[in-house]
Amino acid sequence: MRARWAWTLTVIILVGIMFSYTQDELRTTSVLSFSLRYAIPLIIAAMVGLVCERSGVINIGIEGQLLMSAFAGFFGAAATGSLIIGTLFGIGTGLIMGAVFATGAVAWKMDQIISGTIINIIATGLTSFFYAQGQVLPASTPVVAIPYLKDLPLVGPVLFNNGLFTYAAIIIVIFLQIMLFLTIWGLRTRAVGENPSAADTSGINVQRTRFINVTLAGGLAGVAGAYLSLEAAGTFERGFTAGRGFTALAIMIFGAWNPVGAFAAALFFGLTQGVASQLQADEVVDIPPQFINMLPYVLTIVLLAVVAGRVRPPAAVGKPYEKD
Amino acid sequence: MSSDGPAQTDLGFTDPNPTLGPKYGPVKAIAIPIVSVLLAFAVGGILIYFQGVNPFTAYRVLFESALGDSDGLLRVMQKSTPLIFTGLAVVVGLRVGLFNIGAQGQLTVAAIGAAWAGYHFDLPTVVHLTFALGFGMLCGAAWASIAGVLRAYRNVSEVITTIMLNSIAIALVDYLASRTFKEPDQPISRTPLISDSAALATFGVIPSGFVIALIVSLFFGWFLIRTTEGFRFNTVGLNPNAARYAGISVKRTIVLAMAVSGALAGMGGAVETMGVVGRFEPAFNAGLGFDGITIALLARANPIATIPAAILVGILRTGANSLQFETGIEPEVVDVILALTLLFVAAPIVSRYIFRINAKRKSKSKGRS
Repeated sequence: MRARWAWTLTVIILVGIMFSYTQDELRTTSVLSFSLRYAIPLIIAAMVGLVCERSGVINIGIEGQLLMSAFAGFFGAAATGSLIIGTLFGIGTGLIMGAVFATGAVAWKMDQIISGTIINIIATGLTSFFYAQGQVLPASTPVVAIPYLKDLPLVGPVLFNNGLFTYAAIIIVIFLQIMLFLTIWGLRTRAVGENPSAADTSGINVQRTRFINVTLAGGLAGVAGAYLSLEAAGTFERGFTAGRGFTALAIMIFGAWNPVGAFAAALFFGLTQGVASQLQADEVVDIPPQFINMLPYVLTIVLLAVVAGRVRPPAAVGKPYEKD
Repeated sequence: MSSDGPAQTDLGFTDPNPTLGPKYGPVKAIAIPIVSVLLAFAVGGILIYFQGVNPFTAYRVLFESALGDSDGLLRVMQKSTPLIFTGLAVVVGLRVGLFNIGAQGQLTVAAIGAAWAGYHFDLPTVVHLTFALGFGMLCGAAWASIAGVLRAYRNVSEVITTIMLNSIAIALVDYLASRTFKEPDQPISRTPLISDSAALATFGVIPSGFVIALIVSLFFGWFLIRTTEGFRFNTVGLNPNAARYAGISVKRTIVLAMAVSGALAGMGGAVETMGVVGRFEPAFNAGLGFDGITIALLARANPIATIPAAILVGILRTGANSLQFETGIEPEVVDVILALTLLFVAAPIVSRYIFRINAKRKSKSKGRS
C-alpha cells in the first residue's frame, strides 16, 4: 500500500522534472543540483540513524556528532592545510563521538534519548568554546567530473559533476543496502535490533554488536560533518548543523529504515527546498525568506504525521538489552 | 525484560520513560548532583588553565560578579526566572515520559505573544498583567500541543517534533518581529515597548517574576505528588500499559501534560518579556530552553529541586559575561561546564565510580517493578 503510494509520487516527480527540463534546461539543472547538495548530508546522517536503529539503538545525538566532526574537519583542515587530513579528523572525531554515545547508551544502559541529548549539549558547548574566528580552508574541495557520464543530458551535470563526498554518499547508501540485507553482519545487526533475546540465544553478542555498530555509525556522522564544513559550506559557524541530525531521523523513518528508501526521501526533501528557493529567487511568488527557512522543518512534521503508523521500526529499538 | 519495558510506538521511539538512573536515598540524591557540579568545575578549570588564566581567579571573577553586589544578584534572579520555568516544563514532560526538547520554541512564541498582548492593548494594570501572562502561556501551550497531539494520536515522537517546532518558532518570530509586529520607523526588528500596565515590577533586588517562578515550582511540587491529576501523570510516565489498564486515558494525559509543559515554558517567555526585556527582540532569549533540559536532569525531575538548579545555571550565565570582560575567557566555557555537569549527573559516572552504586542490579529490579 505504502510502496504503491511512494512509487506513484516518484513517477509524478520524475515526469515533472522531465517536463520542466524541456521547458527550461538551465533552471532545472540548477534546482536539481541544489536539491542534491541539500540532500547529501541528510542522506549520510540518515544512514547513521539507520545503522543504529537497525541495531536497536535510537541515536538522537546525530546532531551533536555532525557538529563535532564538522568542527574537527574544518579546524583540522585549516590548521594542517590539508583537506584530506581535515576529512580524517572529521571521521576520527565522528568515531570517538560514536564510541562515547555507545558507552552511555549501550555499555552503561542509560536511557538512549538522554544519552543522545547529552551528546548534543556537549557538542554545542565544546564547539562554541573552541570556536575561533578568521580561519580559512587551504583550498576548496575539488569537483570531479566523471568522463562520458557527465555528458549525459540532465543527469550528467547534476549527478556526475560533483565533489567526492557526493559520490561517497551514493556509494555508502548502496553499500549499506547490500550489507544490511545480504551479509551475515546485516543479518546479525537486524536480529539484534528486532529480537535481541533470540539473537543472544543463537550466540550473537548483543552488547558488542550494538557497541561496534553505533561506533561505526559515528564514523559515518564524521563523513557527513566533514562534508558540511569542508565541501558544502567551506566554513564553520557555531551551531551550523541547524537541526539536520533530527531531520535525518525523520528521513530514516520516511525511508522505512531502508537505505535506498531514505535516499529517495532525502532527495524529495532537497527537491522541495530547491523548488521553493528557485520560486523565491525568480520572484514568482512572494514568500518571505523566513517561510522558506521553515519549510524543511514543517515538511518533517507533516510527513511524520502522514507516515506514522504505516512503517514499522525495528522491534527492540530504544530498549537497553538486559539478559534474563 | 521485554514485556514490562517501555511500550513500543510506531516510530522507533520508546515511550521514553526516562531512566534517570537507579533510585538513591535522599543523601545521595543531593550529594551526587553536588559532586557532579564540582567535577564539572574542575574540568572547566583545566580548560581555563590551558587558555592561560588561573582557574581560581576566573571562578572568583565569575561568582563575584554574579553574587558580589545587589546589581549582580538582581541579574542572577532575572536570569534564573525563565530557567526555573523551562526546567519545570521539562520536568513535567519527564514525569509523563515525554521528553520536551521544545521548551525553547514554546518560550519564544510566548515571549512575542506576551509582547503583543502587552503593547497592543490598554487595560487596567491587574487585568493587563493577567491577560499578557495568560496569553503568553496560551501561546506556549498551543505550540507544545502540536507535538502533544501528534504524539498521542499519531504516535509521532515528540523529540523530533519539538525540535522541529523550535526551528519553526525561530523563523516565525523573526518574521513577526520584522513585519507584522514590528516597531514602526526602527531599523531593528523588534516589537514596540509594552505598556506600563503590562510590566512586571521589581521590588528592590527581587523581580516579581522570580517570586512567581518560586510559587509555581512549589505548586508543581504539590500538584505532581498530592493530586489525582499528578498521580495520573506519574503513572503514565512509569508504565503507560498499567495506566491504561487502570482506566487512565493515556492519550488525554499526554496531550494535557504537553500543554501544561508548554504553558510553563510560555510563562517563562512571558515573564522575560514583561519583567526584563520589555519588548520582544529575536535572539534575546536563545538557549533558555536547552538549559531547561540540563536543569531538569540536574534536579532529577523534582519540581522543587528545579529552583536551586536553575539558580546555579543563572549564576553561571550571569558571571559568564564578566568572565570574558575581565579575563578574556570565552563565555562559552559555561556551556562546557553545564554540559559536563549534565554528563556527570545523568551518566552513571559519579554514581558508579564515586558512590559505588551498582547500577546493574538496581536497573534489573527496576525492570521488574
